[in-house]
Amino acid sequence: MSVLVFVESTNGSFKKSAFEAVSYGARIAAQIGTEAHAVALENIPDDMLKSLGEYGASKVCSIKNDSLKNFDANVFASVINDIAAKLSATIVIFSMSYSGKAIAPVLAAKMNAGMVPGAIDLPKWEGSEMKVNKNVFSGKAIATYALHSEKKIICLTPNTVAAEKTENKSSVESIDVTVPVSKITVKEVVKAGGKISLTDADIVVSAGRGMKGPENWGMIEEMANILGAATACSRPVADIHWRPHEEHVGQTGLTVRPNLYIAIGISGAIQHLAGVNGSKVIVVINKDPEAPFFKAADYGIVGDAFEVVPKLNEAFKKFKSAV
Amino acid sequence: MITLTSTLFFYFYRPSEMHRNKRQNTNEIMKFLVCISKAPDTTTKISFTDNSTKFNNDKVQFIINPYDEWYALVRAIELKEKLGGTVTVLNVGAADNEAIIRKALAIGADDAVRIDAEPDDALFVASQIAQHVKSETYDIVLCGKETIDYNGSEVGGMIAGFLDWTFVSLATSLELNGNTATLNREIAGGHEVIELTTPFVLSAAKGMAEARIPNMRGIMAARTKPIKVISPVSAEKFSSIVSYELPKEKSGVKLISPEHPDELVNLLQNEAKVI
Repeated sequence: MSVLVFVESTNGSFKKSAFEAVSYGARIAAQIGTEAHAVALENIPDDMLKSLGEYGASKVCSIKNDSLKNFDANVFASVINDIAAKLSATIVIFSMSYSGKAIAPVLAAKMNAGMVPGAIDLPKWEGSEMKVNKNVFSGKAIATYALHSEKKIICLTPNTVAAEKTENKSSVESIDVTVPVSKITVKEVVKAGGKISLTDADIVVSAGRGMKGPENWGMIEEMANILGAATACSRPVADIHWRPHEEHVGQTGLTVRPNLYIAIGISGAIQHLAGVNGSKVIVVINKDPEAPFFKAADYGIVGDAFEVVPKLNEAFKKFKSAV
Repeated sequence: MITLTSTLFFYFYRPSEMHRNKRQNTNEIMKFLVCISKAPDTTTKISFTDNSTKFNNDKVQFIINPYDEWYALVRAIELKEKLGGTVTVLNVGAADNEAIIRKALAIGADDAVRIDAEPDDALFVASQIAQHVKSETYDIVLCGKETIDYNGSEVGGMIAGFLDWTFVSLATSLELNGNTATLNREIAGGHEVIELTTPFVLSAAKGMAEARIPNMRGIMAARTKPIKVISPVSAEKFSSIVSYELPKEKSGVKLISPEHPDELVNLLQNEAKVI
């Protein structure tokens, strides 16, 4: 019995969510008295693989194969399934991210495993039954899921359980498994222009219809630049094409859980709040003191965005240059 | 009178029966299967009953899960209109789900399948759907990227896992040329353009199509389109929800004067410690 963690990487390096997943897997392994191992399926330098040991991985397996370059969830699931069998893993951990959402369900069917898609804390055990919390109704509620299957898959929601460093050291091992041929051909990769990814960002600056037009987004982007934040928007703004759909945060858009969410000119409809209420701290700037968003906010400024935001940008700039 | 005419029309023209024979290759007309699930309307105020162990259905307006309807269903219908083929909608649920199934038929699906079972475990639901797909000759199975109630993003990938079909998650466009498909899919920090051949399963995300409102003709026609009800196959349920809670309320907003934004910066730095 062991715990296996799939470690996601982009362009040859790990994101924060990868360390969170390894640390989470190691803590679950400790709960049930076993070891956690990690598997990375991209071309990652050995010293970087070894660094996963600091978060509690015992063995780190890596497979380098060209078929893994054209991302095919079935191929990844098949490889992880084989590795899980070799390491006698009965629990597999993913990050609830783009690739985790694609691979984990395919693997669940292949392994005949029960799955929790988006755990937000460490599980509790009653014998072999495991209970863990997950956000439901797009963040409007929390549900306690119970898994009673022998094999279990848990996808961890990024930014919910912090990674913890340990004294542990890991060994990097290559493992011999068959890699099926990818049935997908990637024709073109389009990166979103070096911008900070919305779901990974620690700070998100978001704006809505109160901005009156797409031409007024300069001050929003400026604030994001000063703070090293990602930009987001409300649904109406994306629907009328003031901003790209990728920025739409809310029940039918992205769910974000940054440390700081700054909402400017957004009234705070229930569907929008659903996508952001996992944020640690929410700041609302709105000229309407009755805007429902203030009820969900930690800090608020009642005032016209066109007057408040430039002043606030100056204050942020002053703060940043003093750090 | 109108109902009678359309009844007669569909008596003779039943799209579902045109492709009943199993095909050996996929170079013929495409057969799309769109999986739809029932979800509470997005404006629903969530509450629970039975000592917080059950979702409170009372006064809740149920809709087709938006990702299933707006993107998966509409794109399948658009492709059928352009290239020919059939669109079947499938729902796993009880008899009162017929209202949302009729809506999908009104939007333009040809026929429907309802698997008569409680959809309370994703792996169970996916195994039901996979079993049905095996008994038919679908080319593409489309699901929404997630349901807006349990936000699992599971069923599409699980169907693919059971069938050993390719799974494309978070697809934002789908074009077909014979049995070759070109799709855009979301990846971390951008998107990619990919190509693959049928059969496959996809999960549809925003961008794939624009929502359609059913017209009167569609609504009339939907009344007589066939809904086949099938019994579930036996499958295990591995997960259950034991209780619910609502998120902790915020302790109250601290208001800062618009004249002193530096005070906000100070609070974010020293009190909230987030910058």
